[in-house]
Order: sequence, then structure tokens, then C-alpha cells
Amino acid sequence: MTAAIEITGLKKRFGSLQALSGIDLTIERGEFFGLLGPNGAGKSTLINLLAGLLRPDHGFLRILGHDVVRQYRSARLSLGVVPQEIVYDPFFTVRETLLIQSGYYGLRRNHHWINTLLERLDLTDKADVNMRALSGGMKRRVLVAQALVHRPEVIVLDEPTAGVDVELRQTLWAFIQSLNSQGHTIVLTTHYLEEAQEFCQRIAMLKQGQIVALDTTKSLLASFEHRELKVTLNPFELPDALRPMLRQSIGATHILDLPSLAGLEETLAIIRQSGAQIEDLSLSEPDLEDIFVSIMNEQVLE
Amino acid sequence: MTGFLTLLYKELLRFWKVSFQTVLAPVLTTLLYLLIFSYVLSRRVEVYPGVSYTAFLIPGLVMMSMLQNAFANSSSSLIQSKVTGNIVFVLLPPLSAGEFFGAYLVASIVRGFSVGLGVLLVAQFYASTPPIHIIWALLFGFFGCGILGCLGIIAGIWAEKFDQLAAFQNFIVVPLSFLSGVFYSIHALPPFWREMSHFNPFFYMIDGFRYGFFGLSDVAPQLSLIIVAASFAGLSALTIGLIHRGYKLRG
Repeated sequence: MTAAIEITGLKKRFGSLQALSGIDLTIERGEFFGLLGPNGAGKSTLINLLAGLLRPDHGFLRILGHDVVRQYRSARLSLGVVPQEIVYDPFFTVRETLLIQSGYYGLRRNHHWINTLLERLDLTDKADVNMRALSGGMKRRVLVAQALVHRPEVIVLDEPTAGVDVELRQTLWAFIQSLNSQGHTIVLTTHYLEEAQEFCQRIAMLKQGQIVALDTTKSLLASFEHRELKVTLNPFELPDALRPMLRQSIGATHILDLPSLAGLEETLAIIRQSGAQIEDLSLSEPDLEDIFVSIMNEQVLE
Repeated sequence: MTGFLTLLYKELLRFWKVSFQTVLAPVLTTLLYLLIFSYVLSRRVEVYPGVSYTAFLIPGLVMMSMLQNAFANSSSSLIQSKVTGNIVFVLLPPLSAGEFFGAYLVASIVRGFSVGLGVLLVAQFYASTPPIHIIWALLFGFFGCGILGCLGIIAGIWAEKFDQLAAFQNFIVVPLSFLSGVFYSIHALPPFWREMSHFNPFFYMIDGFRYGFFGLSDVAPQLSLIIVAASFAGLSALTIGLIHRGYKLRG
């Protein structure tokens, strides 16, 4: 089966800035995929290339096997993009906006699906309100609906929850997850790493126009061995042998850096040998943020 | 076809929803020209025998308002979409360069004809000017608005800011349309300026359009039609090419 997205040897330069320097990436159908990276890493450039808003200097992008430049019609029919910036056409109401967007994709009678979209995104009572009169969060919902009017198989969300309230985030994620479970491929860029960790099955991390990490969320988390050990001791003195690992002490509670889980046994043994009793103990779970920070701090391998 | 029709519908709705500003205002402005120029000059100038100056002025003003509004429609729609960012809504869908071009072009022509018709109807209170060769008038109206619609698309795509667009309009479109023989016959000009007028494409649009009303013109209407139709074809090809290449729209 053809992949949802296939990118080979992709390069893009803006003047003296090499925005993307050789991206190879395949995203399978039905995946929930996360694209992470700091500002300026090339995430939006990659998405704009995929959407045909930019033209590649080198390499190819295919959506369901259709080249985004040469077979742009089939490629764009298969793709729905929620842009990062809140944009709208102030001349129209919500429903007009969605009907017009449907028409651009060649859909004449789309009322049923538009009503479903309005309902799922809590926009039904705003359907006949002019776009200008909507709040930022409401406009964002309309952008999501606009990206979905043609029921694209591949859906790209470029930082969909930036500056969005909790209620919309929940509405949005519930809807996106149900689309994913119906077989739609989802590609997400976000600054909220907990969102990526919660929803994405696989993650690519971008830095300076290159992919610096690409793996399932599970293995990325597992490969990151660093843990934090929090122990409360009685008596509260920390054995000298453990001083180099100490990050912080609050009374009898000490926070220790563990380079890996393998060091746990030895650390506990040292505490036991010192005669101190462990009154409380907890071990931090790795989160994507730690991994993100550690990968972004590494030098890009040339 | 649905994509083209939808974009056309959107473009028509866009100016129709603000028709006070896009149709009525230019009609009023043009009528002010008519009022002032005909009052000041009607006793002193007779351009064609048997045609009063006011009557002479009307087709020229009608055409000038059509041309300026055809240009304004496509150019302002595109620059607004670019500046506000909602141009992505038409760049993301699978619209071809031809559909994109056709929709903006036809909307410009419709806007031009709406304003032109408004001016013509109200002007009949000043002087009756029924077109004697209506087909010629319509042909020149169509090609003239088409040319300016193309220029508007090119300017709208090229300009990055409103003031660049205003420069295009104020330094190219307005001087060429004012100096094209709207207010005078070029035969009344000194020889040098008469020759220069022949290099102004707007001159042929106005002169040919006026032929449709009076059956009188400064140059043969066939020649004007060939020049105007060829300019339209050339500009259309250029515009479609620019859109196809994604010039300034898809970096």
C-alpha cells in the first residue's frame, strides 16, 4: 500500500537560509504522527511544501503516491491543512466560508458534512455569524472545519492549539482522535510536548532543517534512560558517596540524578549500607520534554 | 468547473456585498467629472461635427470607469487576501492556473460592466447617447475590462503592500487612462503628443468604445480591435503563466 506521505531528499533554501537540508520521511496510512522542533527548525516550511504553498528546490513529496507539484490535483484533494496563523475572509459567515471552501474542492452538495463539522466543533450556533464577529478560538475552529470540508485522508495540523483555551483543545482532540480511528492519517506539529506524547504514535524531531530523531513515541521515551530519584531519609543525612548525584535537598528529601535505571539498585544499596532508612521514594517517568531538550542540546551530526 | 464557479461566485459576492463602495461610489465620482467638464467646456469644444461635448464625453467616461474598476477589483481582492493571509484558502485547493485566472478575470469584467452601466444610465439625463453599434461597444468593453482585469491580477500578485499597489494604480493606470482621449480627441493635440497617444493602449480602448456610440473615431475601429484583442490575449497568456509558475504566490 502506498504511504500517506513520502518525502525524499527534500531541500529548501530561502536566500542564505537553508530551511530544509535533505529530509527523508515516510508516514504510513492511519498514523498519528508528531513533528517537533524549536522555532525555525523547518516544521512549517515542511508543511507548506507538502501543501504546495512552497515549491521544493530538490527532492519530492508525495501524498498517497501523488507528487505534490506534478499531480497537484490528486495530492491536494487528499490533503487537509489547518494553518498555523488564524486567517479568515471577513466578507463571509461561517457557513458561507465552508460552502465556498467545499466548492473549491469541487463539492456542490456538502450540507450534510458541513452540518456534522459544525456540530463536532461546537459551531452550530455560530453558523450564520460573520467571521469578523468570532473570537480567536472560534475562528480557529472554523479553520479546522475548512481543512476538513473535503474529507481529506491526510490531515495536517500546524500548531492547532497555540493560544487556544482548554475547552477547545478537548473538543479538538476528541474530534481528531475519532478521525484517526476512522483511518485518517494525522500529522501534528506542536509546542506542547505533552500533547505529542499523549496522541502521537511516532515522532520526528527537526533541528536546523534536519531530522535529528525519528522513532515511535514509546521507544523514544524508553531510550531516554535518565531518571530522577526522590528519596526521603531518616536520619536525613545523604551518604557522601551519593553527593555527586545530588541535585537538590529539601530537609530530609533529596533529589538525585540517575544516568540510567541500571544505577538504581546500586544507589539504594549505598543508602542501606549507610544505615539510613528510606521513608519515601519516587522515581520520575521520562517525558518527551526531557528528550526534546537533550536532543536539541546535542550537536547535529554532520 | 465547480472550483472555477465557486471562486467566481466568491469574487462576485465579495464586491457585491460592499457595492456601495465598489459600484455606487465610482458611479458618483464619474458623474462629477461629467458634470464639471461638460459645464465648463460644452460651449467651447465640438470634437465631432453634430456631437455635443457632453455627449462626446459620456462614452469616454463610461469606459474609463469600467477600466479603472476592472483593475481595482482583481488587484484589491488579491492584495487583501495576501495581506490578511486568507489567500491560502484558494492556494490549498486543487484549482488550476486557468480556473484561478478565469474567476478573477470574469469578476473584474462584471464589476467593470456594473459600474459602466450605472454611469451610462445616469448620464442619459445629461445627454442621450444610445450606442449605434452596440456590438462594437460591447467588444471594446469586454477586451478593455479584460486587459485591466489581467493587469489587476498581475499587480495584485506582484505587490506585497498596499502602497505598491497604489503606486501601480496612480503612476500607470490613472495617467494612461486620463491621457487616452477621454476628455478630448487626440486630433486636437500637438503632433508630438498625438503620436505619443498611439503608443498608449488605453487610447485604442476608448477610441474603439466611442466608435460603438457615434460611428466616429480617431483611428479605424478594426485596427483598434486588433490591437486591443491582441493585447488581451498576450496579457492573459502572461498572467496564466505567472499563476502556473506560482510567481510570488508559491515561494
